Amino acid sequence: MAKSIEVRDLNIYYGAFRAVEGVTMSIRPAQVTALIGPSGCGKSTFLRSINRMHEVIPGAYVEGSLTLNGNDLYAPGTDPVSVRRQVGMVFQRPNPFPTMSIYDNVVAGYKLNSRKASKTVTDELVERSLRGANLWNEVKDRLDKPGAGLSGGQQQRLCIARAIAVQPDVLLMDEPCSALDPISTLAIEDLINELKTEYTIVIVTHNMQQAARVSDYTGFFNIEGTGKPGKLVEMDETKTIFSQPREKATEDYVSGRFG
Amino acid sequence: MTTSTSKPAGTVGAGEVGPATSSPSPGKLPPRAPWLVVGAVASVAVLLLFVGVSPALVVIGGLAANILGICLWSRLVEGRRAATDRMVTAVVATAFVIAMIPLVSLLYTVVSRGAARMDAAFFTNSMLGVVGEGGGAYHAIMGTLIVTGLAALISVPIGIMTAVYLVEYGKGRLARSITFLVDVMTGIPSIVAGLFAVALFQLFFGPGIRLGIMGAVALTVLMIPVVVRSVEEMLKIVPNELREASYALGVSKWRTIVKVVLRTSVAGIATGITLAVARVIGETAPLLITLGAVTGVNFNPFEGRMSSLPVFSYYSYVAPGASPAPSIDRAWAAALVLMLIVMALSLLARLISYLFSPKIR
Repeated sequence: MAKSIEVRDLNIYYGAFRAVEGVTMSIRPAQVTALIGPSGCGKSTFLRSINRMHEVIPGAYVEGSLTLNGNDLYAPGTDPVSVRRQVGMVFQRPNPFPTMSIYDNVVAGYKLNSRKASKTVTDELVERSLRGANLWNEVKDRLDKPGAGLSGGQQQRLCIARAIAVQPDVLLMDEPCSALDPISTLAIEDLINELKTEYTIVIVTHNMQQAARVSDYTGFFNIEGTGKPGKLVEMDETKTIFSQPREKATEDYVSGRFG
Repeated sequence: MTTSTSKPAGTVGAGEVGPATSSPSPGKLPPRAPWLVVGAVASVAVLLLFVGVSPALVVIGGLAANILGICLWSRLVEGRRAATDRMVTAVVATAFVIAMIPLVSLLYTVVSRGAARMDAAFFTNSMLGVVGEGGGAYHAIMGTLIVTGLAALISVPIGIMTAVYLVEYGKGRLARSITFLVDVMTGIPSIVAGLFAVALFQLFFGPGIRLGIMGAVALTVLMIPVVVRSVEEMLKIVPNELREASYALGVSKWRTIVKVVLRTSVAGIATGITLAVARVIGETAPLLITLGAVTGVNFNPFEGRMSSLPVFSYYSYVAPGASPAPSIDRAWAAALVLMLIVMALSLLARLISYLFSPKIR
C-alpha cells in the first residue's frame, strides 16, 4: 500500500509570490519523513502541495514535478479530489465533524462521497480504523456519541482513524501534536510508529525531539528572510541530520543555535 | 532591564492614586436597596397623582428620581465607583422597562381583543355571503399560508444558493456587486416590491390582473435579501478546518458544501429563514395591490384573487359595513392568528435548531 514520492525542482506559488523554491527530495515508502524548520519556511506549504490541499487558496499553483510511485500528481487532467483520496492528511488542530457521531466521523470519507456500503462492512471498517488509531478501546461503547465530546488527544486520533479509513497510500501530518498535551502526544507518536508499516508518513513538526523520536528521514527547510522563498536545505537520515549534518545552517538549527 | 522595570512601576503608581483620592468605603447598601428606592419613589408618585399632578410629569419625574435616588444613596454609603455602577444599572433597567411597555401593551391589546373570535367558526368559515355576525378567516388564513409558502419556496433556494456562491465561490467584482445589490434590495420599500410584481404581471396578462402568485413574487423580492444575509453570516462562521478536513478525505467541493458546510450551519439557516418568513408574513401593502381581496376560499394562486390575513384585517377594520362591531372583532382575531403563526414558526425553528445543531454529549 505504501508508496514512494519523488519531488523534482518543485516551486510553489501563491499568485506572484514564490513560497517554496526548488525542492528536490525522495520520500521513501513505509518510512516516516519529518520536515523541520523555522516558522514561515514553507514546510507546511510543501506538505499541503503533496495532496494539492494548498490549492484551496485561490491563485496557488506549482511548477516542477511531484510523482507518487511514478504517477504525476500534477499531470493535466488529474483531479485534485482523486489525489486526496490517495494522500490523506491530519491537521494541526483536531477537526472532527461536529454534526457527526464518532462512528460517522470514521466513515466520513465514505458517507460524504455517498458511497454505499452495508452496515457489516462499515462496522468492520470502523473497528479496524479505530483499532489502527489506538482509539477502539476508549470509544467502543459510545460510537453513537458526538466526536466533539472526546478529549483533544482522542479527537486527534479520531481524525487519524478518519484519514486511514479511506485507505490512502500516504499520510500527511501537519504538526499533529502541537495542540496536545505530552501524554496525548506520546500516544500519537506511538501510533505513528505503528502506522508506518502500512503507510508512507510525512510529518511537519516544530518539535525537534519529536522529529528525532518518530522519523527515519528528516528534511530541513529554511528561509533567508521575509518575502524570500523557503528552500530545502538538507535531507538525510534522521540520525545523520541530528548528529553530523553537512550544512552549517542545519547544525545551528538542530542544536538550538539558530539566528 | 532598568527601563523595562521603571515603566510598570510608573503605571502601578498611577493606579494607586485612584483608590487613595476616593475615600475607601466599608459601607454597603442592603441587597434590596434598588427595590426600596423603587418602592419609595412609587409611593410618592401615587401621592402626587392623588394631589392632582399630571400623570406624564409624575412618570417622567419618578423614573428620574429613581435613578438619582439610588445613585445618591450609594454615593453617601458606598463611594463613587459603586454609585456609578448603581446609576448605570438603574439607567439600563429603566431603558429595559420603557422598551417593554409597547411590546407588552401590544401583546395585551391583541390577545384581549382578538380572543373574542377565537372560536371554531373563525377557523373554518370564510366570509362568503356573511353580513354582520359570524363569518371567519379561513380563506385569509389559507391565502396567507399559500402565498407566504410559495414566496418561501421561491426565495429560500435562491437565497441559499446566492449565499453559498458569495461565501464559497465568489471572489472579485461579481461577488462585490451581488453583495451591493443585496444591500440595495434590503432597503426596497414593500409597496415598491408590490408595484414591481403588478408591473411585471401586467406585461403578460394586461391591466387589472390579481393573482396569488403575484403576491408571492412581491414577497420574494422582500424575502431574498433577508435570506441571503442571514445564511451568508451562518456559512461564514463554519470553521475553515471542517472544509479542509472534508477536502483531505477526497470529497469534492460541492459535496463538502452540501454535506459539511450547510449541514453544520443548518440550525442557524433555519432560524434565518424563519426570521425572513416572519418579516414578510405580515406585509399588507404589496398584497393589497397584488392579491386583491375576496370573501370566498381560493386555493389556486394561479387563478383569481386571494385573501390574506393582513389584508383581511385591514379591510375588516376600515370597511366594517353596516354593523361594525363583529367586523372589528374579526380584524383583531386575524391579527392574533397572524401573531400565533409567527410564534409557531419561531418554535419550529427552535425545534430544528435543537435537533440539528452540533452536540458535545
